Amino acid sequence: MSTVNPPVAFTQDELGWVSWIDPLPEAELTERHYAGLVDRSRAKSEYFRLLVRDPEVLEARTKTDKDIFYNVADGLPRAERELAAAATSRYNGCIYCASVHARFASTYSKRRDDVQRLLDEGVKADLGERWNAVVKASVALAATPIAFGPDNIAELRRAGLDDAEIVDVINGASFFNWANRLMLSLGEPSK
Amino acid sequence: MSTQDIIDTLAGIKPGSALDAIRARRLQARENAQKSYLSLFEPIDASDVSLLERAAVAAFVTGLHGESPVASFYRDKLAASAGGAALLEAIDAEIARGQTSGPYGSFPSGPLSVENTAGLIYRVSAASKPALGARLAAALEHAHLLVFRPRDAASADMKALLDAGWSATGIVTFSQLVAFLSFQVRVVSGLRTLAAATA
Repeated sequence: MSTVNPPVAFTQDELGWVSWIDPLPEAELTERHYAGLVDRSRAKSEYFRLLVRDPEVLEARTKTDKDIFYNVADGLPRAERELAAAATSRYNGCIYCASVHARFASTYSKRRDDVQRLLDEGVKADLGERWNAVVKASVALAATPIAFGPDNIAELRRAGLDDAEIVDVINGASFFNWANRLMLSLGEPSK
Repeated sequence: MSTQDIIDTLAGIKPGSALDAIRARRLQARENAQKSYLSLFEPIDASDVSLLERAAVAAFVTGLHGESPVASFYRDKLAASAGGAALLEAIDAEIARGQTSGPYGSFPSGPLSVENTAGLIYRVSAASKPALGARLAAALEHAHLLVFRPRDAASADMKALLDAGWSATGIVTFSQLVAFLSFQVRVVSGLRTLAAATA
């Protein structure tokens, strides 16, 4: 039984994650499981060895994730896709997800202090017109019932986003409503 | 793949439209959102979570998000599932009882405690339990937690599912199902809103 030291605040530090139910042991992974992991190195991760109990869903989830965030041939800059992920995680309350994607947002934007204000002050922090529009849209999408509406589109357009970039915001923010729920409910972060 | 893209269908995106072209720029995401849907609803192995359970949970989860083309689609899917018609009344009643606004819940005790927000701790009604059975009743209670107060999730919630007869693999698939639907319903809503703002 590993010792868990759960963080009590949002942070950009690297955190661990401990599963509440049994991941598959690495020794039991078959080629079907490795196909589900997509990257073989993910066999070292407790989180992915848990999700690989359903390899087909994990594979499709992982490839959806990678294209939404890593395909930067066009569309929204990576920094702002990560901002949408971090804002969604901050609002839903996923300390682990927020830590990873706040770090990425800082790395790609070079605006570490602004990212930290999102974590410290919450989703109402004033981060400038463009980032405010992305955060507000992400929060509206995360609400249940969904609160995203024409005002969010108008605000994103005023901030300079075209429709393809707005779709990247919608995809990135929506995806973290998937990711947050897995991370929050199948285990917990540890410092 | 011959199956129609489910997000395009639910969002009303027509071939050749502006949004069709934009979605084509994220082809891997589009195809794998579709594969996620297919692997959850047409799995190669349904031994840990039955097709009926998947349909019932999907109708409940999307119904909790309010009336929408997505909620109608999954309600119809449940109605068309073997054994589904017998569950419709209970699922509709539980959706009505479970309606609230999220996300809410508690943070770990500390500086974030000031952000704790109380809300409905949903439990299945006694009236619906005979129709649903112990496994589905436990699943709906956990699904409600995932939809509205995911930050409240604790290891005890895993134990409740295990005690109700869910396997570890079944819990993973069921959690993916609820989490995937949380994504799908938002992408569809976002794309519909954008399409309407562009028309």
